Amino acid sequence: MPRWHRVKQSFFNGERLVDSFPRLADAFVLDIKIFLWTTPAIVITALLIAVARNTRNPALFPLRLFVIGYTDVMRGVPVILWIYLIGFGVPGVGLERPWNSPLLWGSVALGLTYSAYVAEVFRAGIESVHESQRAAARSLGLSSGQTMRYVVLPQALRRVVPPLMNDLVSLQKDVALVSLIGPIEILRQAGIDKAKFANFTPYIGAAILFLVITIPLTRTTDWLLARERQRTTATRIR
Amino acid sequence: MSAKLSLTNVSKAFGSNQVLNDISIDIGTGEVISFIGASGSGKTTLLRCVNLLEPIDSGSIYLDDLEITKIGRDPNPIRRRIGIVFQSFNLFPHMTVERNITLALTKVLGIEKDTAVHQAKTLLDRFGLGDKAKTYPDQLSGGQQQRVAITRALALNPEVLLLDEITSALDPELVGEVLDVVRELKGSGITLLFATHEMGFAREISDRVCFLSAGTIAEQGPPQQIFSHPADERTQRFLQRVIGSGRLSD
Repeated sequence: MPRWHRVKQSFFNGERLVDSFPRLADAFVLDIKIFLWTTPAIVITALLIAVARNTRNPALFPLRLFVIGYTDVMRGVPVILWIYLIGFGVPGVGLERPWNSPLLWGSVALGLTYSAYVAEVFRAGIESVHESQRAAARSLGLSSGQTMRYVVLPQALRRVVPPLMNDLVSLQKDVALVSLIGPIEILRQAGIDKAKFANFTPYIGAAILFLVITIPLTRTTDWLLARERQRTTATRIR
Repeated sequence: MSAKLSLTNVSKAFGSNQVLNDISIDIGTGEVISFIGASGSGKTTLLRCVNLLEPIDSGSIYLDDLEITKIGRDPNPIRRRIGIVFQSFNLFPHMTVERNITLALTKVLGIEKDTAVHQAKTLLDRFGLGDKAKTYPDQLSGGQQQRVAITRALALNPEVLLLDEITSALDPELVGEVLDVVRELKGSGITLLFATHEMGFAREISDRVCFLSAGTIAEQGPPQQIFSHPADERTQRFLQRVIGSGRLSD
């Protein structure tokens, strides 16, 4: 590999890494903030969408129709496009500060699209709970709402934790897309440093920082799930 | 005599499959009545209709003088009075045995948690499950799970208990412990309806046996009569098959 030293020079430059790292870490705080405030919003919205979609009350049919349309449209368009449309479009109608912030509307765009993805994960979980569980709950006099809350959802949520984490790890990375409409988060900061020093190492620094968050996140979830399984089931087959 | 449970001209179809065909029967308070018949004869559907888990197509079902199948009636208060135990237990796997029992007590009847836990303990002790309160269903044997399911249904103090082939999913050596629980219930004033393939048990415990065939009650009467001198040709053929397969001794 005759050009390896060149690659090493521009991608794995120790000096550049040390120099950029504090700025990257600072900028990464914004990524984490966006992640932290969009995640609860996404989980709650997605749960409402999934429950609405699963409702069997004929009177709520229009609502079902609406959420089906919502998930179809939000999932059918690339995330980046929603970020542009909502992030530039909504402030464009002439809102006053702080309501015209691209950061705010970029986050909203992220939240709206991811709600649709996560809602499908929840829906799969809800549908995976066997009908006989509902029958048992209803036969004890629980209402359909109580059945959903105490019997169906707790089982559904446990089952969807792995795919849910998959989506959240994905979200944690897609937060960087918000940089495209202005806010200086880690990807943007890395780009600035790259341009300044004509060196790609800051991108490696950014990648490391993402991994520092996502890997422990997945490992912790795996551990929690394994513990839960151990608690509720008999001996596992080896 | 007014019946505890009364079915009049009840019919139910799944698509083109007529599962219950114009069934009428009165069941007295405290009566123990078994429904026997081949698979697909309508036993399970009959019980599920009584618990309002399946809507009926026509006819009506009365609990005391209350028409429970009346359109628009809230099924939840009625289900508290009619318990059901399923073939596959249907315990809630994410809850402890105790919580399985107290869930409906606290959320449906609005009983304080401490009181509900105490009631659950008392019932579990009664059926020899006192030490299982804090375990999860998957950690129990099938027989224990089914006893918990019966306990859960009984906790609401139902007037009628429906038992839907409660031993069909159990290993033969576990059947006894579950049937013992049912034996204990007889004479406690609760009205018992059960669908079963355990002919020996049906014969032993029933006040009355109903033989269902193609969604109709082909024959009914005291167990001695049905098992020893069946009048209907379909009953005779069914019992011959069952005896041939060794499910009914003597």
